[in-house]
Amino acid sequence: MAELTYREAVAAGIAQEMRRDPNVVLIGEDVARAGGVFKATVGLLDEFGPERVRDTPISEQAILGAAMGAAMTGLRPIAEIMFSDFFAVCWDIVANEIAKTRYMTDGQVTLPLVIRSGNGGGSRFGAQHSQSVENWAMAVPGLKVVAPAYPADVKGLLAAAVRDEDPVLFFEQKSLYATKGEVPDGEHVVPLGKANVLRRGDDVTIAALALMVPRAMQAAEILEKEHGIRATVVDVRSLVPLDTQTILEEVAHTGRLVTVEENPRLCGWGAEIASIVAEELFWDLDGPIVRITTPHVPLAAADNLEDAQIPSVDKIVARVRELVD
Amino acid sequence: MDAILTNTTAALREPRAAIDRETRLTLYRRMVECRYLEKRAHDLFLQNLIKGTSHLGLGQEAVAAGFGVAMRPTDYTFCTYRGHNHTLVRGVSMTKILGELMGNSSGLMRGKGGSMHLTSVEHHMMGSYAIVGAHLTIAAGAAWSARYRGTDQVAVCFFGDGATNIGTFHEALNLAVVWKLPVVFVCENNRYMEYTAIHEVTAVEHPAADRASAYGLEPILIDGNDVDVVYTTALRALDAARRGGGPSLIEAETYRHGGHSRADPGKYRPEDEVKEWLAKDPIPRYRQRLLDLGIDEETLVSIEAEAQRKVDEATEEARRAPPSDERIAFENVWADGGAAWRN
Ligand SMILES: Cc1ncc(C[n+]2csc(CCOP(=O)(O)OP(=O)(O)O)c2C)c(N)n1
Ligand SMILES: [Mg+2]
Repeated sequence: MAELTYREAVAAGIAQEMRRDPNVVLIGEDVARAGGVFKATVGLLDEFGPERVRDTPISEQAILGAAMGAAMTGLRPIAEIMFSDFFAVCWDIVANEIAKTRYMTDGQVTLPLVIRSGNGGGSRFGAQHSQSVENWAMAVPGLKVVAPAYPADVKGLLAAAVRDEDPVLFFEQKSLYATKGEVPDGEHVVPLGKANVLRRGDDVTIAALALMVPRAMQAAEILEKEHGIRATVVDVRSLVPLDTQTILEEVAHTGRLVTVEENPRLCGWGAEIASIVAEELFWDLDGPIVRITTPHVPLAAADNLEDAQIPSVDKIVARVRELVD
Repeated sequence: MDAILTNTTAALREPRAAIDRETRLTLYRRMVECRYLEKRAHDLFLQNLIKGTSHLGLGQEAVAAGFGVAMRPTDYTFCTYRGHNHTLVRGVSMTKILGELMGNSSGLMRGKGGSMHLTSVEHHMMGSYAIVGAHLTIAAGAAWSARYRGTDQVAVCFFGDGATNIGTFHEALNLAVVWKLPVVFVCENNRYMEYTAIHEVTAVEHPAADRASAYGLEPILIDGNDVDVVYTTALRALDAARRGGGPSLIEAETYRHGGHSRADPGKYRPEDEVKEWLAKDPIPRYRQRLLDLGIDEETLVSIEAEAQRKVDEATEEARRAPPSDERIAFENVWADGGAAWRN
């Protein structure tokens, strides 16, 4: 075990896969010489050289189009979209081309590619550099969607994404880049589509993603210590494929479900999970399903304003208490 | 600018004389096959045997045929929804094309793609793309991969005049030049987008060629209705790309004989313009050239008869094919063949 930051785990995951497979290549704005604007790709240019690690112009459509063209002809590209907000300028390539080409061609085209992107708030960047857009991706058939919370999962899930034969959107939470965690030594791969149960309790199941996972964990500790409420915390990790079995099992045990989502309210991933649980586990529920989300507003830049918007530990504690008490 | 364009075109006249008889007959055969197949597609629409929409390449056969003959089997084609010709010239069977248009089990994609998305990876025909301009970036990616893998494959990307005004045109050209990619961008300027003339909405006269210099490329403006010119231009661009010379941007002037799509009779086009371009129809024009070159009429008649026979047979075969099994509508979202998003 080594302690790595979340950003170091990104580079470690990419390096692990590039050493293993010469067809893995990395492109994006500032990813090579500068090592990424979030310093998540530091060292890769030195180790793998300029043919495999390439800086691109500010051309999000060309970055993803190039990744797609390369993937359909034998490479396994990793493309970076610097901020996930910029998916809005290349969404055609994501949603119309990458997502649908396998289907439309009746399986003739395979697209083993990964699109990494800095996602989410907490960095005081304002409404166009802070969004959580994983639900945009989740709404399009043909895309796999992953959002890790801890360095070990960053490395392991990124490795699995590179090895996957389908396109994977890999959301890195920007506020987590500096966080640290133990990462297993040697080859490390975490399969896609497996939620992780981080702690178990009898009273309520909290399902969270990315930045919301450490907040849910903190909330669970406070709930137990200060209020005697014992919570299960599920790190969803992968939205597509979605590990509904794990979530259903945990909710069946506690009888209550709370989702904690960073995205704005409407059509967040928690709504999908809530509908599945309501449909398949209705008679096991002891109370309403509660969704804690950012309200349906753009994110503000100032720290106190943004903090008032994104679900906080206090807010999670308060809502869970209302539900359970 | 005009002087450069004229010179470029003049330089192409000379090698034209060097095309051998067999190649010329192949060029003619390909154009005739495209023409007859598209006419048949049109008829099948009128009979309601083809649903949805379709964008015919009638009148634009010389571009597809000239490139198709010049390309090596391993070169990649990327084209638009107006891509039946480009698909056929790569050697894809007429039955599979018509079957896809009819949307049944004999189709290239068994009806999952439709007229606008013909793809045959086995022929390195990497797809027909229906979002204007998107595939220019994808073709650049295939070219990047070809070079990275150390092959001498070239990607050829066909698009309309309208695509020169969308952002991907700029993004793809810039990237292709900066990375010196083996890709040939071919703008088929048929003077119209859907209903609007390209000159009404474009800052320059030649939508692709006049912009070549912005990417440090040679402006290449050719008569896209002269298959010899297309063929020699294609050879030159493919060869340059193969030898590491980077991308080319070619503007081929042409004209569609019909409307934009099935729903469009094309009435917005001035009558004398239509007349002028029908007189430049690439097929009768080439036929006459072949006769002038001493090729006998009988040879041409037999090429035409053979093409017609193939189209008739393919039509029958495609018509007889059963509908696709409805299960396939729910398959092949993922590489494992399935569509599961949850466990
Ligand atoms: C991004 C986008 N905008 C608009 C359309 C609708 N559309 C389809 S074809 C077309 C005209 C394209 O003209 P051109 O590029 O000249 O190609 P042509 O049809 O003449 O071959 C338009 C506007 C589209 N498919 N994609
Ligand atoms: Mg046009």
